[in-house]
Amino acid sequence: MKTFNYHSAKDVKEASKLSSSSSAFLAGGMTTIPSIKLGLASYRDIIDIKGIKSLSGIKVSGKSIKIGATTKHVEVANSKDVKKAIPSLAVLAEGIGDPQVRNRGTIGGSIANNDPSADYPSACIALNAVIHTNSRKIEAEKFFKGMFETSLKSGEIIEAIEFSIPEKSNYQKYPNPASRYAVVGVYVAKHKSEVNVAVTGAKSCVYNDKDLAKALSSNFSSSAVDAVRISSSGMNSDIHASGEYRANMVKVFAKKAVEAC
Amino acid sequence: MKKISAEVNGKKITKEVPDHTLLSVFLRDILNLTGTHVGCDTSQCGACVVHVDGKSIKSCTAFAADVNGSRITTIEGITKNGKMHPMQEAFKKLHGLQCGFCTPGMVMSAIDLLQNNKKPSDVEIREWLEGNICRCTGYQNIVAAVKEAASKM
Ligand SMILES: Cc1cc2nc3c(=O)[nH]c(=O)nc-3n(C[C@H](O)[C@H](O)[C@H](O)COP(=O)(O)OP(=O)(O)OC[C@H]3O[C@@H](n4cnc5c(N)ncnc54)[C@H](O)[C@@H]3O)c2cc1C
Ligand code: FES
Ligand code: FES
Repeated sequence: MKTFNYHSAKDVKEASKLSSSSSAFLAGGMTTIPSIKLGLASYRDIIDIKGIKSLSGIKVSGKSIKIGATTKHVEVANSKDVKKAIPSLAVLAEGIGDPQVRNRGTIGGSIANNDPSADYPSACIALNAVIHTNSRKIEAEKFFKGMFETSLKSGEIIEAIEFSIPEKSNYQKYPNPASRYAVVGVYVAKHKSEVNVAVTGAKSCVYNDKDLAKALSSNFSSSAVDAVRISSSGMNSDIHASGEYRANMVKVFAKKAVEAC
Repeated sequence: MKKISAEVNGKKITKEVPDHTLLSVFLRDILNLTGTHVGCDTSQCGACVVHVDGKSIKSCTAFAADVNGSRITTIEGITKNGKMHPMQEAFKKLHGLQCGFCTPGMVMSAIDLLQNNKKPSDVEIREWLEGNICRCTGYQNIVAAVKEAASKM
């Protein structure tokens, strides 16, 4: 394995100062470590941010729930506050990978990585999340740019993700049988004045399906989904599922999610 | 180089290792604790599962440096005075292993399950062992062994 210098940052300022174009932050390491091993990435510096206390923890306030970037999947899955305020978010966290991945992987690492099949990006879009970094606040719609691409600048650190508490919500996914990443995942959230239908796994990047969102905004029922045509153009096609299959799954899961809301 | 101080199986140790040393390499090659196995080396198979501060993690996907200061337990650390842990006893009694390659990880993962859920159902055991792959047993006897251990612990 390629060598690097390991640093353990004591605060956000130090972590940001240590970062460069050839560094990575180490949160859960569940993506960074395998990528180094497989030769997909190499870094001069690895900056461990796990020890920074201010980056971890879950806070509920009236209309939103704010989750620190280094909060682990297991902590979100087991949080009484999350289960009460947004049960679908706890279910999503519980469905990530396996117990050992959930004991290490973090929400900040997951969204910074923006894997096209990752679960959390769909929650960010459906729940109108605001991504708090050490220099600004970014709306989820503007954060996820493309495959493994976000609007984070070099050295920018996610501090927390703030989710709006919806009236109702539900997440449905067809997990890859080996990794549990979403072959297709659909997160439906009904807010006071709008409905979001976030789709992950289907295209190169998470997106809000505007047609489904519009149909459900005027009539929040599974029959409203029937009338929407989902095109397979731009859908991923691989050994797990064809584009047509994925397009159909989007519809099936949107209906299931609405029914389960 | 990084100085790593940790408590491994109850013993305090301090070693100087290259920054990129994986926890699995640290345990196997530096501390000679070869009970922890490395199968896939890419966080899929679970053969390398150990406990860090009481929680199961995959040691092939952690650096020694990033668990500096932690309490680590490996398969070697669960026997007490030469007596097998009830989970090991149950795997032995019910043939929860054949070649034994996956077993250290299975046992460490299953012990963590029982810390979280004292009486897991078959489905809960299977779901928990999602990250542990066995190429021999077909899992039936592993599930039976975990249930047996749960009744004894
Ligand atoms: C076997 C396996 C199965 C998995 N299954 C699933 C699944 O079913 N669903 C799913 O969604 N995911 C899955 N994952 C991914 C996992 O859940 C992690 O969330 C993900 O790998 C990244 O999180 P991490 O904390 O490990 O990040 P790391 O690997 O530590 O970091 C990843 C990247 O994010 C950057 N980063 C980390 N934290 C920050 C921050 N605070 N600010 C800015 N940048 C940051 C790092 O620089 C790095 O580039 C799986 C992973 C494995 C290994
Ligand atoms: S060797 Fe670590 S998960 Fe396979
Ligand atoms: S006993 Fe051989 S891999 Fe499980």
